[in-house]
Amino acid sequence: MKLRQLSLFLENRPGQLRAPCAVLGKAGIDIVTMSLADTQQFGILRLIVREDEKARKVLEEAGFVVSITEMLAAEVPDRPGGLAGILEAFDQAALSVEYIYPLSAGGRGKTAVLVFRVEDPDRAARLLQDRGVRILSREEALSAAGG
Amino acid sequence: MIFDPAETLPRADLARLQAERLRATLARAAAVPFYREAFARADVAPDAVRSAGDVRRLPFTVKEDLRRSYPLGLLAVPRAEVARVHGSSGTTGKPTFVAYTRGDLERWSGLCARFLVAGGLRPGHLVQVAFGYGLFTGGFGLHQGIERVGAGIVPAAGGNTPRQVMLLADLRPDALVCTPSYALHIAEVARAEGLDPRALGLSLGHFGGEPWTEEMRQAIEGELGIRAFNNYGLSEVIGPGVSGECAERGGMHVSEDHFLVECLDPATLEPVPDGRVGELVFTSLTKEAMPVLRYRTRDLAALDRSPCRCGRTGVRMGRVVGRSDDMLIIRGVNVFPSQIEEALLRVEGTAPHYLIEVARPGTLDEAVVKVEVRPRDFRDAMREMVDLRDRIDHEIHSITGIRMKVELVAPNALARSEGKAKRVLDHRRENGP
Repeated sequence: MKLRQLSLFLENRPGQLRAPCAVLGKAGIDIVTMSLADTQQFGILRLIVREDEKARKVLEEAGFVVSITEMLAAEVPDRPGGLAGILEAFDQAALSVEYIYPLSAGGRGKTAVLVFRVEDPDRAARLLQDRGVRILSREEALSAAGG
Repeated sequence: MIFDPAETLPRADLARLQAERLRATLARAAAVPFYREAFARADVAPDAVRSAGDVRRLPFTVKEDLRRSYPLGLLAVPRAEVARVHGSSGTTGKPTFVAYTRGDLERWSGLCARFLVAGGLRPGHLVQVAFGYGLFTGGFGLHQGIERVGAGIVPAAGGNTPRQVMLLADLRPDALVCTPSYALHIAEVARAEGLDPRALGLSLGHFGGEPWTEEMRQAIEGELGIRAFNNYGLSEVIGPGVSGECAERGGMHVSEDHFLVECLDPATLEPVPDGRVGELVFTSLTKEAMPVLRYRTRDLAALDRSPCRCGRTGVRMGRVVGRSDDMLIIRGVNVFPSQIEEALLRVEGTAPHYLIEVARPGTLDEAVVKVEVRPRDFRDAMREMVDLRDRIDHEIHSITGIRMKVELVAPNALARSEGKAKRVLDHRRENGP
């Protein structure tokens, strides 16, 4: 099963970030990782949670605009140049990366797991697997994050 | 000083004159197929109208009627008798035209002279006119009025503010004519150039063409060291000169010997009591080229029939406090919520909830369009959201001709009352009278 991300539209003003977190907290949904992109006027909150369907439901019921995106979780060697190697593969294939954020940090000499938002996740997965990069299933990714 | 003795006509004499002129107007209007059909539809015989009060039996004329009869379908005289054509901006790009005979232009000049003199202009004064000279009635209307008064003119026309400041500083006119917001802008630019706007030598200003407030009047008077007077008019009725303030400044005297005015509830179209705000409806009494019957201005204002200390007998109308159809005037440009809807439609397929917020934080209008983000328009990539906002911004600019700041807001962030969304929040009106 593929790793899915929830994105939320937020206005850039006090209290806007807390509101969806509180909704998830009340529903007992744990946030595995998150990333926030913002402009002066609005922001986009990206979340990876364990129960994405339930999270989507409670957030939409609370009035949020939620979009679901398929993400690519890849193991990246936690050493200098580890990420550069992966990006090189994307560059060579002219496959654009919209954004990246970490799911788990491995610690020195181990592997970190990063989630990638790419235009074609299946093609990106094949590309990395050809280079010997391990692609994590949803379950693997969530367990890598400590569960 | 009173320019025209007709301004002080006793009310009984005025009523007789109005009735006589109304009958003549209806006879002229009967030459126009549009009015003949309107009379027939409303089942009114023009000759059944005897007094000014009978005007209520006549059908209304609206802006759309002028648009539909584009370009000059409402002309009541042979084309050869048209001495001038003016126009006003429309929603769809085409202006609506109005026409004048020689006689109309003569009378119009006199009407502008009335309010100019009522507001202190005298022969010997020099006036800078910073209104556009063109289809817009402001430039030529005021120009002719000033000539009629016997004052001198610097026809600076609109725009190029540093040049306006230079003309004021070097030619030292006594009076300024423009929109109220532009007067403040001129003062601001003068200040930025290191000049004291109060030292430019102006003593008088006649402002119109857009709604403004008492607070703005105080700001203009303080900034420029002048006495500021309000005047009112619209091209469909004649242009500036429909009404203007006297020295008492307790409302604008309507030239009732040339225009019948009604103040109606825009919903029921029944008259509202004096002092209450309603939509102003005008019937021209002396226009030849394009008489207009019960023209719904959509302008909201109150009427005051109490006698004025100045001796003029014409009813006074208060400031225009709004538009019955939500039309906005932003930096002098007419903007309709429907244009914003059109822009959103072009970008997003269907229009989401939106709100136009207009304020005047400094001297110029600022408009913000808040657009609710719907699930179908939302993307997780920031680039696409910024692009969405920019495309809306671009469409609004191309449709309205002005820049408005576009803000994407959360769904349901915009208030809805009784299921009907509020489209406009005009902070400029909040401190109005």
